[in-house]
Amino acid sequence: MRVLLVDDEVEYVSTLAERLSFRGIDASWVSSAKEALERIRQESFDIAVLDVKMPKMGGIELKQIIEEINPDMKFIYLTGHGSENDYQKGVTDGVSYLIKPVDIDKLMTTMNQAMINRGS
Amino acid sequence: MSVVDKLKPAFLEHPGTGEVRYKHTFNYRKIWQMVILLTAAVTLIPLIIITSIDYNVTQQSIESEISLRARRTASNTKRAISFFVSERRAALDFIVHDNGLKALTGNERLSTILKNLQAGFGGFVDIGVINDRGIQTAYSGTYNLGGQDYSDQAWFTKVVERGVYISEVFLGFRNKPHLVIAVKSRLDQGAFYVLRATIDTDQFNEILSSLELNGKGDAFLINRNRVIQTPSRHHGDVLSTVDIPVPEYSDRTRVKEYQSPDYEQFVVGYAYIPDTDFILMIVKQKAALMKSWYATRSNLIGFLLLSITVILGVIVFVTTYLVNQMYFSDRKRAKAMHRIEYDNKLATVGRLAAGVAHEINNPLAIINEKAGLIKDIFVFREKYSADDKLMGLVDSVISSVARCGTITKRLLNFARHMDESFQTVEIGTVIREVLGFLGKEAEYRSIDISVDVPETFPTIECDRGKLQQVLLNIVNNAFFAIESEGALSIQVKQRDDKYLTVTISDTGCGIPEKELELIFEPFFTKKSDHGGTGLGLSITYQLVEEAGGCIKVQSEVGVGTSFIVNLPFKPKKRKEAKTCESF
Repeated sequence: MRVLLVDDEVEYVSTLAERLSFRGIDASWVSSAKEALERIRQESFDIAVLDVKMPKMGGIELKQIIEEINPDMKFIYLTGHGSENDYQKGVTDGVSYLIKPVDIDKLMTTMNQAMINRGS
Repeated sequence: MSVVDKLKPAFLEHPGTGEVRYKHTFNYRKIWQMVILLTAAVTLIPLIIITSIDYNVTQQSIESEISLRARRTASNTKRAISFFVSERRAALDFIVHDNGLKALTGNERLSTILKNLQAGFGGFVDIGVINDRGIQTAYSGTYNLGGQDYSDQAWFTKVVERGVYISEVFLGFRNKPHLVIAVKSRLDQGAFYVLRATIDTDQFNEILSSLELNGKGDAFLINRNRVIQTPSRHHGDVLSTVDIPVPEYSDRTRVKEYQSPDYEQFVVGYAYIPDTDFILMIVKQKAALMKSWYATRSNLIGFLLLSITVILGVIVFVTTYLVNQMYFSDRKRAKAMHRIEYDNKLATVGRLAAGVAHEINNPLAIINEKAGLIKDIFVFREKYSADDKLMGLVDSVISSVARCGTITKRLLNFARHMDESFQTVEIGTVIREVLGFLGKEAEYRSIDISVDVPETFPTIECDRGKLQQVLLNIVNNAFFAIESEGALSIQVKQRDDKYLTVTISDTGCGIPEKELELIFEPFFTKKSDHGGTGLGLSITYQLVEEAGGCIKVQSEVGVGTSFIVNLPFKPKKRKEAKTCESF
């Protein structure tokens, strides 16, 4: 499973990537939408974990562009500004919505769930 | 509440000053007083002035009318009496000149003259001739008075001096009042004689008694020694002394007022009859004359008092009504202003909380990941995995971050819902969210919180933010009432298929019965020292009412308070909502 983590907080996203690597996941990270698009054009990923609020371009807009490039990719939103309730309401179609600080195991579960959905 | 309290306008309780929490724009009591005073002054003062002017003018004109009439009567009567006297004097003059002394001393001629006089004038009793030595030389009449010597009598001296004499009234031998008229006739060489006639006063009296006098009027003659000369109706018998003092001399008819010792007032018209000692008195009782005026006067005063009462009544009623309306609209305005202020404050606090939570969330996430990474390293590289102390430290950091995360999430959640309108919520979740903020405080103050929500309780449709606000306000009040060591229980029950009941009970100090009906009033607070605005419960009440529900309170001092909130499962329109009495 190849994962691209996109978040403007370098400290956060790099640590998260490292932690996922410990768990056998091939995780790459970038700190802006621009870099993310560059990477996606070069390589292929299964899942993108996107920060909703980023400078210049946020996660929601980025998702739309990525979907055009690679329609098979799955997405998980990660945000510091939200609530469980939004998740329950299913703010976006089939996209998981996690709130920082996130439990790594929960993130893993969510990613695995997304992969299963993709397979079906 | 007594009738007086009910009628008392609400603004009187609020003088406008001295109340810190609820300052009015105006001092209503002062406005009320000023308006009443000014309106009363501008309406009543002219009314009173006009009435008193009218009163005085009318009274004066009536008094002068009375005085004028008394004078006119006196004047006419004086003329009649003068005429009566001078007529008889002239008759005697004529007799003297027509007959001469010689003829008159013949008793036959004299008795013929007496007969003629009685036939022509009436009232002549006798007639006699007296020579210059005062001896009656001839006499005709009822009594045999021939040869009588009058030389030492006062009237003889007077007639010699003046040529004419008219006596006062005296009782004759028949005990009837009489008066005497005497005229002097000169002879040659300084000699003279006097013709003297006695007249009874019946005719005289007739002139006076035939007068028609109003106001218990009385007409009579007195002499200058206050002796009554002709019969009087109210002021004494003939020849007794009259109870009215002799008025000062005047050759004209005059009127003066006189007050008797027993405070009875009289209007006295009087005239001195020329050539006699007589004073004509026309005496009228003032009270009787003024009777019609007194009736008019009491009507006038009665009408004035009635007008004043009606005017004052209308002024007080209208002013009270208007000032009360003003007071209520001002109060409404103040309430609205406070509500807006309160909402704004709440929104600001919400935004601030959300901002803080968001800002903290990012570094928190970094700490979380870094600590997680440390733990991962410990776990995946077996070098440290056996070190329980290090693992414990890392776990402690991670669990602390998780706690912080819960708080920030809660804050975000709370702030977010303030702007949202109707949505489906689980009442249990909302209660736990609200209590989440107060959990620590409850722990510090040893407040035991129990929540009882049935496990499969239907969701409700409502404004989540407002529901939170309602619960938070009530729970905050409960905390304030408990102070420390106590219990707070929240119980949710399904009332029927349309309503649910949330009962929030505390074991606090309780609310005195007197204040129970006031607690939902805006600006009523017991927490002014602690920053209470007195708006919490009033807004709570409003919010519950807006949602189509009802809030009630039961309390016992020293035991505790229960707030019972009835809410509909689905929002009600105002028309459909039950009134609070039906719960």
